[in-house]
Amino acid sequence: MSDTTDTGPVLAADGTPLKRSLRRALRAQKLRALALIAPLLIFVLVAFIAPIADMLFRSVENQIVGNTIPMTVEELRDWDGQDVPDEQVFRAMYFDLFLASEAKEHTKLGSRLNYEESGVSSLFRTTGRDVDDMGEVFQEAFEEISPEFEEAQFWYDTMSGGAGAEGNERLMSNQIGRLEQLEASNFSGDAGFVPGAAISDILPNTARAYAAFAAFTHFVDEDVVAEEEPWEAVYAALALDLEDPGTAAALAAYDGPGAELLRQAAAADLPPVEMKAAFIESNKDWNRIEYWEVIHTYSPPYTTGYFLNAVDMEKTTEGIALRSEDERIYGILFKRTMFMSLVITFSCIALGYPIAWILANLPARTANLLMILVLLPFWTSLLVRTSAWKVMLQQQGVINDTLVWLGLVADESRLVMINNQFGTIVAMTHILLPFMILPMYSVMQTIPPSYLRAAKSLGATNWTAFWRVYFPQSVPGIGAGSILVFILAIGYYITPEIVGGTTGTFISNRIAYHISSSLNWGLAAALGSILLAVVLILYWAYDKIVGIDNVKLGG
Amino acid sequence: MKLTKTLLATTALTVAAGASATAQDMADSMTLVSWGGAYQDSQQKAYVEPYLEMNPGVTATWDESSAEAVAKLRAMNEAGNVTWDLVDVVASDAMRLCDEGLAMELDHDEVLAAAPDGTSASDDFGDLIVSDCFVPQIVYSTTFGYRTDMVPEGVEPPSSVCDVFDLETYPGKRSLQKRPIDNMEWALYCDGVAKDEIYDVLGTDEGVDRALAKLDTIKDQVVWWSAGAETPQLLADGEVFMGSTFNGRLFSAIAEQDQPIGMMWDMQSFDLDGWIVPAGLPEDRLARVMDFLKFATDTQRLADQAAYISYGPARDSSAPLVGKHAELGIDMAPHMPTDPANATNVHIYDYEWWADNRDDLDAKFQAWLAR
Repeated sequence: MSDTTDTGPVLAADGTPLKRSLRRALRAQKLRALALIAPLLIFVLVAFIAPIADMLFRSVENQIVGNTIPMTVEELRDWDGQDVPDEQVFRAMYFDLFLASEAKEHTKLGSRLNYEESGVSSLFRTTGRDVDDMGEVFQEAFEEISPEFEEAQFWYDTMSGGAGAEGNERLMSNQIGRLEQLEASNFSGDAGFVPGAAISDILPNTARAYAAFAAFTHFVDEDVVAEEEPWEAVYAALALDLEDPGTAAALAAYDGPGAELLRQAAAADLPPVEMKAAFIESNKDWNRIEYWEVIHTYSPPYTTGYFLNAVDMEKTTEGIALRSEDERIYGILFKRTMFMSLVITFSCIALGYPIAWILANLPARTANLLMILVLLPFWTSLLVRTSAWKVMLQQQGVINDTLVWLGLVADESRLVMINNQFGTIVAMTHILLPFMILPMYSVMQTIPPSYLRAAKSLGATNWTAFWRVYFPQSVPGIGAGSILVFILAIGYYITPEIVGGTTGTFISNRIAYHISSSLNWGLAAALGSILLAVVLILYWAYDKIVGIDNVKLGG
Repeated sequence: MKLTKTLLATTALTVAAGASATAQDMADSMTLVSWGGAYQDSQQKAYVEPYLEMNPGVTATWDESSAEAVAKLRAMNEAGNVTWDLVDVVASDAMRLCDEGLAMELDHDEVLAAAPDGTSASDDFGDLIVSDCFVPQIVYSTTFGYRTDMVPEGVEPPSSVCDVFDLETYPGKRSLQKRPIDNMEWALYCDGVAKDEIYDVLGTDEGVDRALAKLDTIKDQVVWWSAGAETPQLLADGEVFMGSTFNGRLFSAIAEQDQPIGMMWDMQSFDLDGWIVPAGLPEDRLARVMDFLKFATDTQRLADQAAYISYGPARDSSAPLVGKHAELGIDMAPHMPTDPANATNVHIYDYEWWADNRDDLDAKFQAWLAR
């Protein structure tokens, strides 16, 4: 007995310990199994999970503000929200907006913020057109001082500090990184320009503006930096730097390329940099505090704003508040979607149960024929079925005509059965009925008819036999059908759109509107997330109450 | 993709100037996006077929997705795979696409043909170029039609847009588009606001309430539509007495299907439809599409289109060339929204204003509808 314990672990035939050998064999098996399902798994991940996750992510994502106007966001961080921001913020906005309008990204930001406050869209659009002119005064002033300021090569030499000068790599890579965020792409390699360390100390704004220009020229325009005359914004930045009295002193000690001309410019009389005035002249709405509040509120990279919108709330300066009553709509729609989906589910149960019962109890041949009738709608286009209901239910439609002909309804008071909740419920009950009948039928088929006979032979009435014996066994079918119908119903879009009028539309119609018309995908994603969460909660509740094990889609 | 945006724009200009383009540099297929139906047919006959005849070996495929063009283009752009070459959209969508950077900015004088008398393209199109990305094709209008046989006895047929709001004289259902645009303006106009003050009034909360209050007076008699085919169908079925829709739809119900429907041109709302070129097309496809665009929007082609559908050509120089309907042989000019007799009282739609206020007003309008 002690022999085995002395010889150590059990060995396999090839001498490796049995445990390890077994594990290896199992792992190989698992990998094989995984390899078999891998195509499906990858397909589901790529084509289903990833897009949904991406879409849901949009409901909180808000990087566009920080990416498009980063300096303004930075300047606004400590803004108290009492008055329209000062010149400092407008200057940051000018340089941000200039680059953004070169990259044609400013209007995107305008549309984004317009969802929160009407008017921001044209604010950015009109001023984006004017930023060139705002800088042009400075460009002209400098060119008056010396025509050399028009020379691309002069600027390149001045800003790079001449050959062999120490470079400010950090500034350059910051600007490239910023441009990457703005353009949402990756730039590799260097821009063929690095601002000189000395000159960027003396002229920080100019160096930054020129570096942004250089990065854009090289990576986006794909031109040579040294051959392009800089943007108007660079001249404005230089004017701004020269306004600082310290700059002239620093320039006096500077001996890099262009130093002489810069000293000359510092001594000259330049137009003052008044960006606030220029912005307000371009569009007087820059003077409206509401717009700045919106920019300020929505500057963080992630926002709860879309979710708040989706539940009829909004961010204000005083915190989160309900929207004014004439703008509340999503609460009504969510409630209506839930209520109508429930009504549709119950109508489907009421109509589907007897049909499924008949199907399950008829001889196979007749049952199959009836089954085809149940399945027939599946093979007809959804649009056709919905439009057919229109023909049936409208005021000059088949049902009303028949009722008038029978004299049950007066010609002047034809029934309104479409473009309202009733129309949606009727059409959707019809369309979703097969999803209720099929699971019920497959469950009922497995209930042996002998149980009912046994109950009756023991003295039960027809009703007792049905209610105490048959019905409890058919509940899993009802459960499965209800889940199917309910979940399909709350996401339904096309039928409510066509027959729902104004009182019979669902939340999905609003989601579709925001996806395809208003392009407010963030809000659409938030509404979709809420809908998904509601379904999951209901599913969970169903599992707790009825138990998901009791749901059967088939025998 | 955006990386090459500017580069491509530059290329487009050179290509259009004819400096470097030869047939070999151009792709031999195009995907055109339009609305389907009679409108797309008119484009097919007026310029796609002639173009393909002139350029054997080139194929054109239609995609009937204009209604969802903005969303689909955005999705394509994000996926980095734009499969469309030329997209037909309404002007407000063109502005949206331009703002989003999804459509290419064009220099109209460079890329489009001048009028036969030498007028530059930008002068010939005039104010209709509402966005740098937009090449207008047609002027259409949203206006009202009514059932001639449902006019109460002893009453003049409706002739003013305000008759839509007059339930006493003209009882019966109306169909209106399920959106605030146009409806709000008509409501204010009929509530006594002067035409040139409509947008000033609508810009205030009281103005919005006032417009909605006016619409409230007919709310329970309104069937709201979302597809252009609905009103003609509702009129044909006798479901509604009067309803708004695109004038071309009413023309085909009246002239082609002989329905008992009358036109009301009063306060018709002008709108534009035209092409945009998606941003970021590869060079060969861009060259092809620019070549086609220049041809398809010249004076004669736009005039030809009017033989198939009753929408006014967007070029001034095309108007005198408008002839007869290709099949019915009737004179088309009197059926154009731009015909002087029809355009005595028109509503000029303010694109910029709606671009700013659309989201806000839509929320209010939808909340009002749901109440």
